[in-house]
Amino acid sequence: MIVAVVDAQNLVDALGLGAIYALMAVGIGLVFGVLRLVNFAYGQLIMAGAFTLAYASRANWPTWAAVLACFGVVLALSLIMEVAVFRPLRTQSPAVMLVATFAVAFLLQSVALLIVLKVQGQLGVPASAVAQLSRAVTIAGVDIRKVTIVSLVVAVVALGLLAVLLGRTTIGLQMRAAATDFTTARLLGVSANRVIALAVVLAGVIAAAVAVLLTARTPYVQSDFALHDTIIVLVGVVVGGIERLWTATLGGFAIGFASGVINGALPTDKSVYLPSALFTLVILVLLIRPAGLFARGRSSVVERV
Amino acid sequence: MTRSRPLVELAGPCVLVSAVGIVGSFTSNATAIYFQTAIVSVAIVVALYVFVGNSGVLSFGQASFASVGAYAAGIMTVPVESKVGTLPDVFPLLRDHAIGNAWSFVLATAIGAAYALLVGIPLMRLSGLAAGIATLAVLEITHNILHEWTKIGPGAGLLSLIPETTGLLQATAGALVVIGVAFWYQRTRLGRQLRATREDPAAAQAVGISVHRQRLWAFALSGALSGFAGALYVHMIGSLTADQLYLELTFLSLAMLVIGGVTSLWGAVVGALLVSGVDSFLGQAESGVNIGFQLDLPTGTRLVAVGALMALTLILRPSGITGGREFSLRWLEAARLRRVLAAARPREEGS
Repeated sequence: MIVAVVDAQNLVDALGLGAIYALMAVGIGLVFGVLRLVNFAYGQLIMAGAFTLAYASRANWPTWAAVLACFGVVLALSLIMEVAVFRPLRTQSPAVMLVATFAVAFLLQSVALLIVLKVQGQLGVPASAVAQLSRAVTIAGVDIRKVTIVSLVVAVVALGLLAVLLGRTTIGLQMRAAATDFTTARLLGVSANRVIALAVVLAGVIAAAVAVLLTARTPYVQSDFALHDTIIVLVGVVVGGIERLWTATLGGFAIGFASGVINGALPTDKSVYLPSALFTLVILVLLIRPAGLFARGRSSVVERV
Repeated sequence: MTRSRPLVELAGPCVLVSAVGIVGSFTSNATAIYFQTAIVSVAIVVALYVFVGNSGVLSFGQASFASVGAYAAGIMTVPVESKVGTLPDVFPLLRDHAIGNAWSFVLATAIGAAYALLVGIPLMRLSGLAAGIATLAVLEITHNILHEWTKIGPGAGLLSLIPETTGLLQATAGALVVIGVAFWYQRTRLGRQLRATREDPAAAQAVGISVHRQRLWAFALSGALSGFAGALYVHMIGSLTADQLYLELTFLSLAMLVIGGVTSLWGAVVGALLVSGVDSFLGQAESGVNIGFQLDLPTGTRLVAVGALMALTLILRPSGITGGREFSLRWLEAARLRRVLAAARPREEGS
């Protein structure tokens, strides 16, 4: 009934999306590790970066300046978010923290809408600064958009650097300790503010990179930019196992790759119920392995009753 | 005083909602719709509270029960003669029959309950984040099916010509019913057992409470009330698309609940009324309103202000405006006591 066409082209595109989602998963997982906070507003950081790119290209800034501005804005927003929202709420229950990030997400999205309506009189802004990234190069008969290659390279490099940072430096060790047991880590002299600030900054840098990559893929920036991607990545992160960074990353990559393959492989009229199939699978995985598909053993945070 | 406390706890939310209804009835038709919306959102948020507030488990799925209820009530009350034209593809059972207003509420409640029970049997084994994501998956699946399957509804199109029976009276009565049921439930043995699992699951299990079963009852009851609230909603708006009761409603109703105070019925009611009140007022201000001076806000300010209000409330008062406590007149009693003592003291000194 369902005729799936999975070819090299499709796989390469899916790999690119998977790489971007893996990066987002790292950003969400890093903050969750130290704060036990699912940052729903992560997508709005990316959106802010995308708008910076869009407005910079409207003002005819050179590409490097636009990208630099994007990193600056996203980092500044991340730090403001940590000081103004995460820090006062650090001791609250996960539900309160999650809803607080909803509120921040909602706020940032409405601010974006307000600015766009005011300046533009329409719903979105095209970002042409990074447009050359979406051009294709042909390798062995497969059209690969440059952004796909760049996404893969960025993801591999970022993950490699992160592995070095977490595994080979003192602050990385402290972060891992804080992620395992925050209270004990603090008793042993780990500065809570320092590790949290570092996690937030790293997540912010990744968000800015993702903003550049996503804008190259879909150059029309609207206020709900990256919102749907964030929800999908969150699902992927929990399905993969949010307790540990690499299982979360793998979950993000898997769901990005899967939706890439599925979207590309099926004709549109056949794929209307695919979200249902995908989410039924998500429910099944969660029922069988509530701590995550790739998690090891039983977790203390999530268990069945 | 102790014996009358439950009555006071129930009376607080009921009087507040009725007062909003009565005030709304003195306003023009254009303004009354804001009051209706606020009261219907009370019903939606209280239905959500029955599960989230009592169990302490986060659910993103309650909007799907509201939308199923809304669709059931909507489709079955559109007159048969207009359904042949607007819903040509639906099952003959749905196309060739129509029911009255009252029965549509019964149907919506029953469907909401049945769907929640069915979904809850496997899902209520989960806690924490896994439960949150699994209920979000239910919301996505429900939306996907309602959006695509034209045999059970209009699909991606608009369901219209639904009788608009929810005026202020029906909205207020409906919200009072939901509040009453929620209050009754949280005082029953089942409700108290569930609240015990919220405070300490291990201790609750140790005294023989089945966490799964108690969560399931609350989930099903919450599904029933959500379905009912969905019917109230659809009879107020008169038309329905799959996107109306979806992510935005989920987030907004959760935000209302948390802002009011997750762990109390009073919090659910106050949060819903406050957020929708601010929302409507600013919506008016965007098109210009006179409050002593002329206030004209640019389009989009409404959302910014609501978002800022939510964020600020949570940062300044993380346990919500009511602090998660039920309505009480303790401050009044305390004030009276103070007055009596103040009056008594000089006499004591004099004697």
